[in-house]
Amino acid sequence: MKLLKRAYLSIILLFLYVPIAVLIFQSFNAGVSRAKWEGFSLRWYAQLFQSPNIMQALYVTVSIALLASMISTVLGTMAAIGIHAMRKRPQSMMMTLTNIPMTMPDIVTGISLMLLFIFSKVERGYVTMLLAHVTFNTPYVVLSVMPKLKEMNTFSYEAALDLGATPGYALRKVILPAIRPGVITGAILAFTLSLDDFTISYFTTSPLVQNLSTLIYSEARKGIKPTMNALSALMFVALLILLLVVNRRTAETK
Amino acid sequence: MNNLHVPEWSFWVMGLALAAFVGMFIQMVRRNKGIRRSFYAWPYTLWMIISTVVPLILIAYYALTDKSGSFTLENFANFWDSNRNMKTELLAQGFNPEELGLGARGTVNVDTLAYSMWMAFLCTGISLLLGYPAALIMADREFRLGSTIVVLFIIPMWMNFLLRTIAWMSLLEDNGLINTLLESLGFGKARLMYNSQAVLLGMVYNYLPFMVFPIYNSLSRQDARLSEAAMDLGANKWKTFWRVVFPISMPGIVSGITMVFMPSVTTFFIPRVLGGGNTEMFGDLIERTFLTADDWNVGSALSLVMMVLILLSLGLLRKVDPEGEGGSLI
Repeated sequence: MKLLKRAYLSIILLFLYVPIAVLIFQSFNAGVSRAKWEGFSLRWYAQLFQSPNIMQALYVTVSIALLASMISTVLGTMAAIGIHAMRKRPQSMMMTLTNIPMTMPDIVTGISLMLLFIFSKVERGYVTMLLAHVTFNTPYVVLSVMPKLKEMNTFSYEAALDLGATPGYALRKVILPAIRPGVITGAILAFTLSLDDFTISYFTTSPLVQNLSTLIYSEARKGIKPTMNALSALMFVALLILLLVVNRRTAETK
Repeated sequence: MNNLHVPEWSFWVMGLALAAFVGMFIQMVRRNKGIRRSFYAWPYTLWMIISTVVPLILIAYYALTDKSGSFTLENFANFWDSNRNMKTELLAQGFNPEELGLGARGTVNVDTLAYSMWMAFLCTGISLLLGYPAALIMADREFRLGSTIVVLFIIPMWMNFLLRTIAWMSLLEDNGLINTLLESLGFGKARLMYNSQAVLLGMVYNYLPFMVFPIYNSLSRQDARLSEAAMDLGANKWKTFWRVVFPISMPGIVSGITMVFMPSVTTFFIPRVLGGGNTEMFGDLIERTFLTADDWNVGSALSLVMMVLILLSLGLLRKVDPEGEGGSLI
């Protein structure tokens, strides 16, 4: 029975990892063929750094993910603190407002933002993509900070005020440390969502400013070049190393 | 295309609102020598109204108006009968579409919607059938690798999902890896791509983790003493599962279903790559109506129809999980 359970999990994980193995395999293949092995080579990795399209898309993707996650973390954390301090009625209204974009399918979010930008005559490009990313990230930050605020002891904030702290000081010294884990979760979630987004970026950018997803999409018809596989293999390994380092560090601090 | 006239006063209204907002802020800082805490939510509120509520109103506006901007329900009629425009055209030129044998209702839109719902339903069902046992095994207290395996479910999502879907293409192609393998084993080639099954495979592949996480969360949070108590009271393993473990994991199931069903109704990349145009889904149709056919009015109507359907299905799910505990996304 135990063996059976392990076998089942292994098969499911195999299913999830096969395409990734294929991608990495293709990135080391000397030929362009997707299925035939023509010898080991690093030429795609070398070409990668000379491809202006890919390098620019990488820059757009990473910079937007960083900026959008930072902005939405600040905006969302402030919002959560504010909403938490509200009375019941406005609080539930704000939570509904937060849940609207979560129940909207990506394609509708993308299209509705596209309509907004065209309507307000803003030219689509880097800034609009950034704004769109902040828009879909922020509710996730709010929802990951909210539970931490609810778990917090409300009296400690009031005690700080009674002991003469200004509201701003109490906020920094009492509330922020208590909600830190939620803020970090929210920031990481926002970053990953933004890094992987395709649909919303597709509708809110111009063909001149592409992130990796939209670049892959526009090349999908012609056939993806192995350089793209090389890039994603590199990013994958980088994230994996980051995960291991973070894990090691948290294990040490424990 | 863009014949929605922006009245000039709308900019005045926005400007005044902004000025009032800044004024209130200054007033508040002056009066209380500090900011009221609920005030921290204001930038977010303003942002959400501009970027979520206003765009939704825009979609509703386009769905309910024609090209000249006057009120009409024509776009929804077009959704029901995609030949409607052609027929009106013919009538205007003095032909009777019925006589030309063109009187039939164009069912493309409704069929696409039904097909997408069916595919999403299948995808959700398969993910549940595959994902629940996996979550159950991972959440088992005797199985110590549970939390590690959760990470193993997350890691694949770090690779761009378009690339992962395209990787399936190189597995399933006529000259792909699976067919090469089949041939070398002496079986003939199989046609694996450009059909509904391939699209379904891609959907399950992409959305399965979203089914596993919430179910795993709700199972691993369960109080082990409950099932021990059931066993002590004479229930066998099977009965304990169906009467205790399964019902308590319901919120996780509901949130898993939501998280798989929603994106799979509206996906437009997966059917394009793996279905190769033979399997248009509703997301495709909306994208095509907006960007290729450049018809914002019908496109908005399609989006509205889809949103209403999604809200209805969410409402139905809420009935199963009235406390809304299913929001255990994070």
